[in-house]
Amino acid sequence: MDLAPRQHNLVLILARSFAAQLATAVFLVDAEGTVIYYNEAAERLLGNRFIEGAGMRAEEWSTIYRPRDADGQTVPLQSLPLGVTMLKREPAHGIITILGADGVDRRIEVAALPLFAHTEDFLGAIALFWERPEDR
Amino acid sequence: MRGRIWGSRGSIASPGQDTKRYGGNTSCVELRPPGCDVVILDAGTGIRELGVRLVREGAERIFLLLTHLHVDHLEGLGMFEPIWRKQTELHIWGPASPVASLEQRIATYFSPPLFPVHLSEVPATIEYHDASESEWRIDGARFSSNAIIHPGPTVGYRIESKGRVLAYLTDHEPALGADLANDSSDWISGFALAYRADVLIHDCQFTPQEYESRLGWGHSTTEHVARFAEKAEVDRLLLFHHDPMHSDDQLDAMRDDVLAGWGVDGDRCTVAAEGAELVV
Repeated sequence: MDLAPRQHNLVLILARSFAAQLATAVFLVDAEGTVIYYNEAAERLLGNRFIEGAGMRAEEWSTIYRPRDADGQTVPLQSLPLGVTMLKREPAHGIITILGADGVDRRIEVAALPLFAHTEDFLGAIALFWERPEDR
Repeated sequence: MRGRIWGSRGSIASPGQDTKRYGGNTSCVELRPPGCDVVILDAGTGIRELGVRLVREGAERIFLLLTHLHVDHLEGLGMFEPIWRKQTELHIWGPASPVASLEQRIATYFSPPLFPVHLSEVPATIEYHDASESEWRIDGARFSSNAIIHPGPTVGYRIESKGRVLAYLTDHEPALGADLANDSSDWISGFALAYRADVLIHDCQFTPQEYESRLGWGHSTTEHVARFAEKAEVDRLLLFHHDPMHSDDQLDAMRDDVLAGWGVDGDRCTVAAEGAELVV
Protein backbone atom coordinates (compact mmCIF):
# COMPACT_ATOMS: atom_id res chain seq x y z
CA MET A 1 0.00 0.00 0.00
CA ASP A 2 1.35 3.44 -0.88
CA LEU A 3 1.85 5.74 2.04
CA ALA A 4 0.15 9.08 1.57
CA PRO A 5 2.66 11.92 1.18
CA ARG A 6 3.09 14.71 3.69
CA GLN A 7 0.96 17.72 3.08
CA HIS A 8 0.71 21.24 4.49
CA ASN A 9 -2.24 22.03 6.72
CA LEU A 10 -5.17 23.62 4.89
CA VAL A 11 -4.72 26.87 6.83
CA LEU A 12 -1.21 27.21 5.40
CA ILE A 13 -2.41 26.25 1.90
CA LEU A 14 -5.07 28.97 2.06
CA ALA A 15 -2.65 31.50 3.56
CA ARG A 16 -0.22 30.87 0.72
CA SER A 17 -2.98 31.15 -1.90
CA PHE A 18 -4.16 34.39 -0.29
CA ALA A 19 -0.62 35.77 -0.23
CA ALA A 20 -0.01 34.83 -3.84
CA GLN A 21 -2.93 37.05 -4.89
CA LEU A 22 -1.97 40.08 -2.78
CA ALA A 23 -0.08 43.17 -3.89
CA THR A 24 1.03 43.65 -0.26
CA ALA A 25 4.23 41.87 0.76
CA VAL A 26 3.57 38.67 2.72
CA PHE A 27 6.05 36.38 4.49
CA LEU A 28 4.87 32.98 5.72
CA VAL A 29 6.68 30.70 8.17
CA ASP A 30 5.77 27.34 9.66
CA ALA A 31 5.52 26.47 13.36
CA GLU A 32 9.31 26.14 13.62
CA GLY A 33 9.85 29.51 11.97
CA THR A 34 11.08 28.09 8.66
CA VAL A 35 10.17 30.13 5.59
CA ILE A 36 7.55 28.32 3.54
CA TYR A 37 6.49 31.15 1.26
CA TYR A 38 6.83 34.79 0.38
CA ASN A 39 5.09 36.52 -2.47
CA GLU A 40 6.28 38.70 -5.34
CA ALA A 41 5.67 41.93 -3.42
CA ALA A 42 7.87 40.58 -0.62
CA GLU A 43 10.51 39.55 -3.15
CA ARG A 44 10.69 43.16 -4.27
CA LEU A 45 11.22 44.52 -0.74
CA LEU A 46 13.58 41.76 0.37
CA GLY A 47 15.56 41.98 -2.83
CA ASN A 48 15.61 38.28 -3.58
CA ARG A 49 13.37 35.60 -5.03
CA PHE A 50 11.41 33.11 -2.95
CA ILE A 51 13.33 30.22 -4.51
CA GLU A 52 16.47 31.76 -2.98
CA GLY A 53 14.89 32.23 0.45
CA ALA A 54 12.71 29.10 0.74
CA GLY A 55 13.61 26.97 3.73
CA MET A 56 15.44 29.73 5.66
CA ARG A 57 15.28 29.13 9.39
CA ALA A 58 14.43 31.85 11.90
CA GLU A 59 18.12 32.42 12.77
CA GLU A 60 18.75 33.16 9.10
CA TRP A 61 15.84 35.40 8.10
CA SER A 62 16.11 37.34 11.34
CA THR A 63 19.72 38.32 10.58
CA ILE A 64 20.31 38.14 6.83
CA TYR A 65 18.32 41.33 6.16
CA ARG A 66 20.11 43.14 9.03
CA PRO A 67 16.98 44.53 10.79
CA ARG A 68 17.60 47.78 12.66
CA ASP A 69 15.56 50.16 14.77
CA ALA A 70 15.22 53.94 14.31
CA ASP A 71 18.56 54.46 16.09
CA GLY A 72 20.34 52.00 13.82
CA GLN A 73 20.60 49.35 16.54
CA THR A 74 20.26 45.71 15.47
CA VAL A 75 16.85 44.24 16.35
CA PRO A 76 17.15 40.65 17.58
CA LEU A 77 14.72 37.88 16.64
CA GLN A 78 12.79 38.10 19.90
CA SER A 79 12.03 41.78 19.26
CA LEU A 80 11.12 41.55 15.58
CA PRO A 81 7.36 41.57 14.98
CA LEU A 82 7.46 38.14 13.34
CA GLY A 83 9.82 36.89 16.06
CA VAL A 84 7.42 38.03 18.78
CA THR A 85 4.58 36.29 16.99
CA MET A 86 6.60 33.11 16.61
CA LEU A 87 7.81 32.99 20.20
CA LYS A 88 4.73 34.29 22.02
CA ARG A 89 2.09 33.19 19.49
CA GLU A 90 0.44 36.59 19.59
CA PRO A 91 0.01 39.44 17.09
CA ALA A 92 2.81 41.98 16.85
CA HIS A 93 3.56 45.19 14.98
CA GLY A 94 6.66 47.28 14.39
CA ILE A 95 8.72 49.51 12.15
CA ILE A 96 12.23 48.46 11.19
CA THR A 97 14.85 49.11 8.57
CA ILE A 98 16.10 46.17 6.54
CA LEU A 99 18.88 45.77 4.05
CA GLY A 100 17.54 43.96 1.02
CA ALA A 101 19.58 41.32 -0.73
CA ASP A 102 19.77 43.83 -3.58
CA GLY A 103 21.79 46.14 -1.30
CA VAL A 104 19.00 48.68 -0.74
CA ASP A 105 17.97 49.87 2.74
CA ARG A 106 14.19 50.00 3.20
CA ARG A 107 12.17 51.19 6.19
CA ILE A 108 9.21 48.86 6.51
CA GLU A 109 6.18 48.50 8.72
CA VAL A 110 5.32 44.94 9.74
CA ALA A 111 2.15 43.35 11.12
CA ALA A 112 2.49 39.71 12.13
CA LEU A 113 -0.24 37.26 13.10
CA PRO A 114 -0.10 33.72 14.48
CA LEU A 115 -1.95 31.01 12.53
CA PHE A 116 -3.98 28.49 14.48
CA ALA A 117 -6.05 25.68 12.94
CA HIS A 118 -7.65 25.17 16.33
CA THR A 119 -7.07 26.95 19.59
CA GLU A 120 -4.06 24.86 20.61
CA ASP A 121 -2.87 23.96 17.13
CA PHE A 122 -0.18 26.52 16.21
CA LEU A 123 0.79 26.16 12.55
CA GLY A 124 3.04 29.14 11.92
CA ALA A 125 2.80 32.85 11.34
CA ILE A 126 2.13 35.34 8.59
CA ALA A 127 3.72 38.77 8.33
CA LEU A 128 2.38 41.52 6.09
CA PHE A 129 4.75 44.38 5.48
CA TRP A 130 5.05 47.47 3.38
CA GLU A 131 7.55 50.22 2.77
CA ARG A 132 6.67 53.37 4.68
CA PRO A 133 5.65 55.97 2.07
CA GLU A 134 7.48 58.87 3.79
CA ASP A 135 10.69 56.82 3.82
CA ARG A 136 10.73 55.85 0.16
CA MET B 1 -14.04 -3.23 0.33
CA ARG B 2 -17.54 -3.18 -1.05
CA GLY B 3 -20.34 -0.71 -0.71
CA ARG B 4 -23.13 1.13 -2.42
CA ILE B 5 -23.98 4.64 -3.52
CA TRP B 6 -27.21 5.74 -1.84
CA GLY B 7 -27.11 9.35 -2.97
CA SER B 8 -24.75 11.27 -5.26
CA ARG B 9 -26.61 14.52 -5.86
CA GLY B 10 -25.33 17.82 -4.48
CA SER B 11 -27.02 20.80 -2.89
CA ILE B 12 -30.63 19.60 -2.84
CA ALA B 13 -32.50 16.39 -3.55
CA SER B 14 -33.57 16.38 -7.20
CA PRO B 15 -35.91 13.54 -8.11
CA GLY B 16 -37.51 13.61 -11.55
CA GLN B 17 -37.52 12.31 -15.06
CA ASP B 18 -34.23 14.01 -15.94
CA THR B 19 -32.34 12.52 -13.00
CA LYS B 20 -33.67 8.95 -13.02
CA ARG B 21 -30.46 7.22 -14.12
CA TYR B 22 -28.03 8.84 -11.68
CA GLY B 23 -30.56 9.61 -8.98
CA GLY B 24 -31.80 12.56 -6.99
CA ASN B 25 -30.85 11.73 -3.40
CA THR B 26 -28.11 13.78 -1.75
CA SER B 27 -24.76 12.46 -0.58
CA CYS B 28 -24.61 9.08 1.11
CA VAL B 29 -22.21 6.18 0.51
CA GLU B 30 -22.19 2.84 2.31
CA LEU B 31 -18.87 1.08 2.77
CA ARG B 32 -18.11 -2.35 4.19
CA PRO B 33 -14.41 -2.74 4.97
CA PRO B 34 -13.74 -6.46 5.61
CA GLY B 35 -14.15 -7.32 9.28
CA CYS B 36 -15.58 -3.91 10.12
CA ASP B 37 -19.10 -2.78 10.89
CA VAL B 38 -20.86 -0.64 8.34
CA VAL B 39 -19.29 2.73 7.53
CA ILE B 40 -21.46 5.49 6.09
CA LEU B 41 -20.09 8.54 4.34
CA ASP B 42 -22.42 11.51 4.82
CA ALA B 43 -26.06 11.63 5.84
CA GLY B 44 -27.81 13.17 2.85
CA THR B 45 -31.28 12.04 1.87
CA GLY B 46 -29.86 8.77 0.54
CA ILE B 47 -29.30 7.55 4.11
CA ARG B 48 -33.04 7.04 4.66
CA GLU B 49 -33.25 3.96 2.49
CA LEU B 50 -29.94 2.64 3.80
CA GLY B 51 -31.32 2.92 7.32
CA VAL B 52 -34.26 0.71 6.43
CA ARG B 53 -31.80 -1.89 5.11
CA LEU B 54 -29.63 -1.71 8.25
CA VAL B 55 -32.58 -2.20 10.58
CA ARG B 56 -33.60 -5.24 8.56
CA GLU B 57 -30.03 -6.56 8.91
CA GLY B 58 -30.04 -5.91 12.64
CA ALA B 59 -26.97 -3.66 12.48
CA GLU B 60 -26.30 -2.24 15.93
CA ARG B 61 -22.88 -0.59 15.64
CA ILE B 62 -22.66 2.02 12.88
CA PHE B 63 -19.92 4.47 11.91
CA LEU B 64 -21.01 7.69 10.23
CA LEU B 65 -18.36 9.97 8.72
CA LEU B 66 -19.62 13.46 7.94
CA THR B 67 -17.55 15.62 5.62
CA HIS B 68 -19.27 18.78 6.83
CA LEU B 69 -22.59 19.98 8.10
CA HIS B 70 -24.18 21.63 5.09
CA VAL B 71 -27.78 20.51 4.92
CA ASP B 72 -27.42 18.26 1.88
CA HIS B 73 -24.96 16.13 3.87
CA LEU B 74 -26.98 16.02 7.09
CA GLU B 75 -30.67 16.27 6.25
CA GLY B 76 -31.23 12.51 6.09
CA LEU B 77 -30.11 11.88 9.68
CA GLY B 78 -33.53 12.51 11.20
CA MET B 79 -35.05 9.85 8.94
CA PHE B 80 -32.25 7.35 9.53
CA GLU B 81 -34.22 4.56 11.19
CA PRO B 82 -31.39 3.10 13.35
CA ILE B 83 -31.15 6.27 15.48
CA TRP B 84 -34.70 5.67 16.70
CA ARG B 85 -33.70 2.31 18.19
CA LYS B 86 -32.27 2.17 21.70
CA GLN B 87 -29.90 -0.68 20.87
CA THR B 88 -28.07 1.28 18.16
CA GLU B 89 -24.56 2.52 18.89
CA LEU B 90 -23.79 5.28 16.42
CA HIS B 91 -20.34 6.87 16.15
CA ILE B 92 -20.26 10.15 14.25
CA TRP B 93 -17.08 11.78 12.97
CA GLY B 94 -17.08 15.30 11.59
CA PRO B 95 -14.88 18.36 11.21
CA ALA B 96 -13.95 20.24 14.37
CA SER B 97 -14.97 23.84 14.78
CA PRO B 98 -13.29 26.44 16.99
CA VAL B 99 -16.63 27.69 18.29
CA ALA B 100 -18.90 24.71 19.00
CA SER B 101 -18.75 20.95 19.43
CA LEU B 102 -19.80 18.58 16.66
CA GLU B 103 -22.86 17.61 18.69
CA GLN B 104 -23.89 21.24 19.19
CA ARG B 105 -23.52 21.98 15.48
CA ILE B 106 -25.51 18.92 14.39
CA ALA B 107 -28.20 19.92 16.89
CA THR B 108 -28.50 23.30 15.18
CA TYR B 109 -30.19 21.45 12.33
CA PHE B 110 -31.57 18.59 14.39
CA SER B 111 -33.88 20.68 16.61
CA PRO B 112 -36.95 22.93 16.33
CA PRO B 113 -37.81 24.89 14.32
CA LEU B 114 -35.91 23.02 11.57
CA PHE B 115 -36.72 19.54 12.89
CA PRO B 116 -39.51 18.55 15.29
CA VAL B 117 -37.35 16.58 17.73
CA HIS B 118 -34.15 17.65 19.48
CA LEU B 119 -31.02 15.58 18.95
CA SER B 120 -30.80 14.91 22.70
CA GLU B 121 -34.11 12.99 22.52
CA VAL B 122 -32.78 10.39 20.09
CA PRO B 123 -32.89 6.96 21.78
CA ALA B 124 -29.75 5.56 20.15
CA THR B 125 -26.41 5.98 21.89
CA ILE B 126 -24.40 8.52 19.89
CA GLU B 127 -20.71 9.26 20.32
CA TYR B 128 -19.11 12.21 18.59
CA HIS B 129 -15.52 12.35 17.34
CA ASP B 130 -13.57 15.25 15.85
CA ALA B 131 -12.14 14.27 12.50
CA SER B 132 -9.86 17.13 11.53
CA GLU B 133 -6.26 16.17 10.79
CA SER B 134 -6.52 12.81 12.49
CA GLU B 135 -6.03 9.11 11.98
CA TRP B 136 -7.80 6.26 13.69
CA ARG B 137 -8.51 2.56 13.31
CA ILE B 138 -11.71 0.62 13.51
CA ASP B 139 -11.25 -3.13 13.54
CA GLY B 140 -8.95 -3.77 10.55
CA ALA B 141 -9.57 -0.53 8.68
CA ARG B 142 -7.50 2.64 8.87
CA PHE B 143 -9.17 6.03 8.55
CA SER B 144 -7.62 9.42 8.05
CA SER B 145 -9.05 12.86 7.49
CA ASN B 146 -7.81 16.28 6.50
CA ALA B 147 -9.43 19.66 6.21
CA ILE B 148 -10.11 20.51 2.56
CA ILE B 149 -11.15 23.64 0.70
CA HIS B 150 -14.89 24.27 0.99
CA PRO B 151 -16.72 27.08 2.81
CA GLY B 152 -16.86 26.28 6.54
CA PRO B 153 -15.09 23.43 8.36
CA THR B 154 -14.95 20.51 5.90
CA VAL B 155 -12.89 17.34 5.74
CA GLY B 156 -12.18 14.60 3.24
CA TYR B 157 -11.59 10.98 4.21
CA ARG B 158 -9.18 8.24 3.23
CA ILE B 159 -10.12 4.69 4.17
CA GLU B 160 -7.62 1.85 3.83
CA SER B 161 -8.31 -1.83 4.32
CA LYS B 162 -6.38 -4.89 3.19
CA GLY B 163 -4.21 -2.84 0.85
CA ARG B 164 -7.09 -1.08 -0.86
CA VAL B 165 -7.82 2.64 -0.59
CA LEU B 166 -10.98 4.68 -0.99
CA ALA B 167 -10.76 8.48 -0.90
CA TYR B 168 -13.91 10.54 -0.43
CA LEU B 169 -13.66 14.23 -1.27
CA THR B 170 -17.09 15.48 -2.06
CA ASP B 171 -17.55 19.25 -1.81
CA HIS B 172 -14.00 20.25 -2.67
CA GLU B 173 -12.52 23.15 -4.61
CA PRO B 174 -8.78 22.43 -4.75
CA ALA B 175 -8.34 24.81 -7.68
CA LEU B 176 -9.25 27.85 -5.57
CA GLY B 177 -6.14 30.03 -5.67
CA ALA B 178 -4.03 27.11 -6.88
CA ASP B 179 -2.57 25.89 -10.14
CA LEU B 180 -3.37 22.18 -10.08
CA ALA B 181 -1.13 21.42 -13.03
CA ASN B 182 2.00 23.14 -11.79
CA ASP B 183 1.84 23.63 -8.01
CA SER B 184 3.81 21.26 -5.83
CA SER B 185 1.50 18.49 -4.61
CA ASP B 186 2.07 19.28 -0.92
CA TRP B 187 0.37 22.65 -1.51
CA ILE B 188 -2.78 21.14 -3.07
CA SER B 189 -5.81 20.66 -0.85
CA GLY B 190 -6.80 17.01 -0.45
CA PHE B 191 -3.82 15.61 -2.30
CA ALA B 192 -2.51 13.41 0.52
CA LEU B 193 -5.95 11.88 1.01
CA ALA B 194 -6.37 11.03 -2.65
CA TYR B 195 -2.82 9.97 -3.47
CA ARG B 196 -2.85 6.68 -5.38
CA ALA B 197 -6.32 5.77 -4.16
CA ASP B 198 -7.89 2.77 -5.86
CA VAL B 199 -11.13 4.70 -5.97
CA LEU B 200 -11.52 8.45 -5.61
CA ILE B 201 -15.02 9.81 -5.10
CA HIS B 202 -14.73 13.49 -5.97
CA ASP B 203 -16.84 16.58 -6.46
CA CYS B 204 -17.61 17.40 -10.09
CA GLN B 205 -20.48 19.83 -9.77
CA PHE B 206 -19.76 22.39 -12.47
CA THR B 207 -18.77 22.83 -16.06
CA PRO B 208 -15.97 25.36 -16.62
CA GLN B 209 -18.54 27.81 -17.97
CA GLU B 210 -20.73 27.51 -14.85
CA TYR B 211 -17.70 27.89 -12.60
CA GLU B 212 -17.04 31.40 -13.90
CA SER B 213 -19.96 32.67 -11.81
CA ARG B 214 -19.50 30.20 -8.93
CA LEU B 215 -15.89 30.72 -7.93
CA GLY B 216 -15.44 30.10 -4.22
CA TRP B 217 -18.63 28.09 -3.79
CA GLY B 218 -16.49 25.12 -2.82
CA HIS B 219 -16.94 22.85 -5.84
CA SER B 220 -14.94 21.57 -8.77
CA THR B 221 -15.29 21.55 -12.52
CA THR B 222 -14.67 18.76 -15.00
CA GLU B 223 -11.26 20.31 -15.73
CA HIS B 224 -10.33 20.53 -12.05
CA VAL B 225 -11.23 16.95 -11.24
CA ALA B 226 -9.39 15.65 -14.31
CA ARG B 227 -6.21 17.47 -13.26
CA PHE B 228 -6.60 16.46 -9.62
CA ALA B 229 -7.11 12.77 -10.46
CA GLU B 230 -4.12 12.81 -12.79
CA LYS B 231 -1.89 14.55 -10.26
CA ALA B 232 -2.94 12.23 -7.43
CA GLU B 233 -2.40 9.18 -9.67
CA VAL B 234 -5.69 7.59 -8.72
CA ASP B 235 -6.83 4.41 -10.37
CA ARG B 236 -10.57 5.00 -10.69
CA LEU B 237 -12.62 8.15 -10.36
CA LEU B 238 -16.27 8.47 -9.43
CA LEU B 239 -17.76 11.84 -10.32
CA PHE B 240 -19.94 12.94 -7.40
CA HIS B 241 -22.07 15.75 -5.98
CA HIS B 242 -23.98 16.30 -9.19
CA ASP B 243 -25.50 19.73 -9.64
CA PRO B 244 -29.27 19.58 -9.07
CA MET B 245 -29.79 21.41 -12.36
CA HIS B 246 -27.88 18.82 -14.39
CA SER B 247 -29.79 16.11 -16.23
CA ASP B 248 -28.49 12.58 -16.71
CA ASP B 249 -27.49 13.45 -20.27
CA GLN B 250 -25.54 16.47 -19.10
CA LEU B 251 -23.69 14.30 -16.57
CA ASP B 252 -22.74 11.91 -19.37
CA ALA B 253 -21.31 14.84 -21.33
CA MET B 254 -19.37 16.01 -18.27
CA ARG B 255 -17.85 12.56 -17.89
CA ASP B 256 -16.70 12.76 -21.51
CA ASP B 257 -15.04 16.08 -20.71
CA VAL B 258 -13.25 14.62 -17.68
CA LEU B 259 -12.01 11.68 -19.72
CA ALA B 260 -10.75 13.99 -22.44
CA GLY B 261 -8.90 16.08 -19.87
CA TRP B 262 -7.49 13.15 -17.94
CA GLY B 263 -6.63 11.12 -21.05
CA VAL B 264 -7.36 7.65 -19.66
CA ASP B 265 -9.55 4.71 -20.65
CA GLY B 266 -13.27 5.11 -20.14
CA ASP B 267 -13.56 2.43 -17.48
CA ARG B 268 -11.50 4.56 -15.08
CA CYS B 269 -14.09 7.32 -14.79
CA THR B 270 -17.73 6.82 -13.88
CA VAL B 271 -20.63 9.06 -12.99
CA ALA B 272 -21.67 8.00 -9.47
CA ALA B 273 -25.16 6.57 -9.75
CA GLU B 274 -27.59 6.02 -6.93
CA GLY B 275 -27.95 2.28 -6.28
CA ALA B 276 -24.65 1.40 -7.91
CA GLU B 277 -22.44 -1.11 -6.17
CA LEU B 278 -19.04 0.13 -5.10
CA VAL B 279 -16.07 -2.23 -5.29
CA VAL B 280 -12.69 -0.99 -4.08
